Amino acid sequence: MAAAPEEPSAALRLDRVTRVFRAGGRRVVAVDEVSGRVERGAVTGLIGPDGAGKTTLMRLCAGLLLPDGGRIAVLGIDVTQAPAAAQARIGYMPQRFGLYEDLSVQENLDLYAELQGVPAAARGPRYDQLLHMTGLGRFTGRLAGRLSGGMKQKLGLACTLVRAPELLFLDEPTVGVDPVSRRELWAIVDHLTRSEGMTVLLSTSYLDEAERCRAVLLMHEGRLIGADDPARFTAGLAGRSFHVAARDFSKRRLHERLSGATGIIDATIQGAQVRIVTETAAPPSAAALLPDVPDARIVAVPPRFEDSFIALLKTGRRAGGMPPAASPPSAPAAPAAGGGDEVIVVRDLTRRFGSFRAVDNVSFSVRKGEIFGLLGANGAGKSTTFRMLCGLLPPSDGSLRVAGFDLGHAAAAARGRVGYMAQKFSLYGDLSVMQNLRFFSSAYRLKGERRRRRIAWAVEEFALGPVSSATSRDLPLGYKQRLALACALMHEPDILFLDEPTSGVDPLARREFWHRINALAEAGVTILVTTHFMEEAEYCDRLVIMADGRILATGDSESLKERLRSKERPDPTMEDAFVALIEAAGAERAA
Amino acid sequence: MRDSLGRLRGLLRKEFLQILRDPSAIAVAFLLPAFLLLIFGFGVSLDAHDVPVGVVVDRPDALAASFTGKLANSPYFQPRPFATIGEAEKALAAHEVTAIVWLREDFTRRALSGGEAPLGVIVNGTDANSARIIEGYVQQAWANWLQAEAAERGAPPPTPVAVQQTVRFNPAVSSRDYLIPGLIAMIMTLTGALLTALVIAREWERGTLEALMVTRATIREILLAKLLPYFLLGMGGMAASVILAVTVFDVPFHGSLAVLTATSAVFLLAALGMGLLISSVARNQFVAGQIAIITTFLPAFILSGFIFDIGSMPAAVRLITHVVAARYFVAILQTVFLAGDVWAVILPNALALAVMAAIFLGIARLSARKRLD
Repeated sequence: MAAAPEEPSAALRLDRVTRVFRAGGRRVVAVDEVSGRVERGAVTGLIGPDGAGKTTLMRLCAGLLLPDGGRIAVLGIDVTQAPAAAQARIGYMPQRFGLYEDLSVQENLDLYAELQGVPAAARGPRYDQLLHMTGLGRFTGRLAGRLSGGMKQKLGLACTLVRAPELLFLDEPTVGVDPVSRRELWAIVDHLTRSEGMTVLLSTSYLDEAERCRAVLLMHEGRLIGADDPARFTAGLAGRSFHVAARDFSKRRLHERLSGATGIIDATIQGAQVRIVTETAAPPSAAALLPDVPDARIVAVPPRFEDSFIALLKTGRRAGGMPPAASPPSAPAAPAAGGGDEVIVVRDLTRRFGSFRAVDNVSFSVRKGEIFGLLGANGAGKSTTFRMLCGLLPPSDGSLRVAGFDLGHAAAAARGRVGYMAQKFSLYGDLSVMQNLRFFSSAYRLKGERRRRRIAWAVEEFALGPVSSATSRDLPLGYKQRLALACALMHEPDILFLDEPTSGVDPLARREFWHRINALAEAGVTILVTTHFMEEAEYCDRLVIMADGRILATGDSESLKERLRSKERPDPTMEDAFVALIEAAGAERAA
Repeated sequence: MRDSLGRLRGLLRKEFLQILRDPSAIAVAFLLPAFLLLIFGFGVSLDAHDVPVGVVVDRPDALAASFTGKLANSPYFQPRPFATIGEAEKALAAHEVTAIVWLREDFTRRALSGGEAPLGVIVNGTDANSARIIEGYVQQAWANWLQAEAAERGAPPPTPVAVQQTVRFNPAVSSRDYLIPGLIAMIMTLTGALLTALVIAREWERGTLEALMVTRATIREILLAKLLPYFLLGMGGMAASVILAVTVFDVPFHGSLAVLTATSAVFLLAALGMGLLISSVARNQFVAGQIAIITTFLPAFILSGFIFDIGSMPAAVRLITHVVAARYFVAILQTVFLAGDVWAVILPNALALAVMAAIFLGIARLSARKRLD
């Protein structure tokens, strides 16, 4: 590909592009000899987990960073030589949309129109077109800072489109917005490429978005590990994906058995079944795979894009994820005090900030040993609910019982029974792995022999030995996640709170993480988890779906999806179910 | 060219809208100056007024009473009699009095003989500055009293002759009159460097600068659009401070407005250049604020001659003061306010400011790139 002749059809050509960052004596190769091309008139997806080098590559293409090696041709222009010439013809939306939050929608549009040299006469019609497309027509006077995440994203897009660029770079436009807004954004992007012939390079860490792209550039740890039509990625895996179910065998035990089995490269829980991907196309026999499970049924299912990503990763380099649980995690120190079967009981919980209800009359209960999910987009009220459950924020109304203790009166006693892993892991970045373990064990008041034993357990269980003296800040995300979980489990809690635990972690590390969480649940630990990854809902025994501070639905993932099953949609996803619920709630409010 | 003006107009409009909508910029430009002026104008004073002084008279007689009476009538002292020096020292240790004036046994005899002053003065030296001032006041009071006594008795003035002091340019020797012009330099340093560094860091933080860089706007337009609004804001803050100083605090103004405006503009350019330089290093508001305070405001406060006299600093420190822009501006302001347009002071200092402004702005312009690294 490096020797490819000049082809006018490519909007973007990358030739062995390399970019190195130096941080505190460490050398990080963010983009490692990436070569590839983006065809005109279509959406190309730049896909990979956080830290794969997507944003760096985008910035290199936009002329915001200089490469350490290689050549980048944007619309035939060498962007290193003539960044201004290239920038005049491209559009670029950075991750946080580049909006001025104290300017109104109209003022943001005006600013970008002036900066892009759109003649005054041409502005009116263009604004109308953009406002119509983004549905922001009613909000032109509103400050950008007061728009919802989805609306900000659409305004950011409109601002980059005031002068139609030939090539549009969108850096993770769908991160942190709800599934409904995500779908609307994709509708706009499809419209731009189909009707206006625009070329779009869109980066994302959501693997399911790959299927909406014409072509996909797959990145992992700075390197391009695949570039092809998404259908062709999946085609290579035809006949290798199956659902496994057994009536008298819990899905978690089934998953446990299957994920270690030879010939299986991937096993995930999906509703009541376990989804597996095999190494070869030969259909596995239930008798060979699960000889002691008499009623195991194996059904072939169509492959997903994620399967091919996992297959590529597993056959290639190992990711810095979590090691498979070597020994069953230690059982909780003592059974939950009082409270019977239900260890978390939330009744009519409300939290107001001024006149705003962040959490509005929420009720649910969680049984011992259950994995319970709080699912919702950013701003749905998940984190606020969580903070109240941890006793970090007093509720405005309602009652909360955790491990048999009323949080209104005995928050400290309840906290002693709870392990908490916060968003972004909240480790002490300047401390080493071992120092973090020591600090958290003393914060939980472990002493003497028990403290020594628990630290040794954490190091062994999470395979932290090789990195024990490394500074936490410099660890790969997968290791940080392991360390954070180890710290949260230091005092052998019988309830574990996980706030967006897999955000940004690559799919392999995510699988290994869930594997461990499953083992904990099997051992009787109750787990409450928030996530905005719809597919992670599949791991939960039961879940609630939240939007605007309220619960839209409660149930297990199968029953939530079941409501939507129809002839047109024989196999709805969790996201379909979520979008349907949000739309129904919107219609109800409008009525 | 027309495109460039259009882009600049867009950026300027954005900047002004942001200033109008974000109360923090207005606060730094106008409320902070008012606040600092109030503190320094009313609260802080380097003058000694009504200093509590313990007076110990070993042998009370007419002459001793005459001297203590003189002390009591002075606006600077508030004498408190003590019977013994021991008691007075206890009060000094307890910070009840700041100094002790001790008229010993032989006070009258030695005062009349015209020899060495028979006065014992003990000053609490914790605050060396105040201690020296009080010491001087007591000496002055003593000299005045001696003269008055001699004149009353028709005798020639005693030797040594009391020094006749005349204070020029600040006849009232009011520290407020010389602190407030200096303070204006501090305020301009804050609005210039701190505000500029903060607003650019904010654009880094929110990712808006990244978006701007990929538009057709040039780096010159982006910098200019930051300089102009904050230049105007700084000059506005300056004007408000001067008006406050002259009207509320009765600071005399002997120079011309033209000189004040011109030199302020040059100083503000240097401060803004410093702010731009900081913003090229610091990409979040916290770090930008820290760097701006440490590299501009603190040196301006300590090393500009605003409070501490540069002439009495050690040579090495004195050398450092030459790179503190505020130093030149404080000299100009104090001259313009208290003495008038003294060109011998204004010209060299204004030249130094112009050189610094050119260097800071030049480096800022040359180091700025439409790139993230």
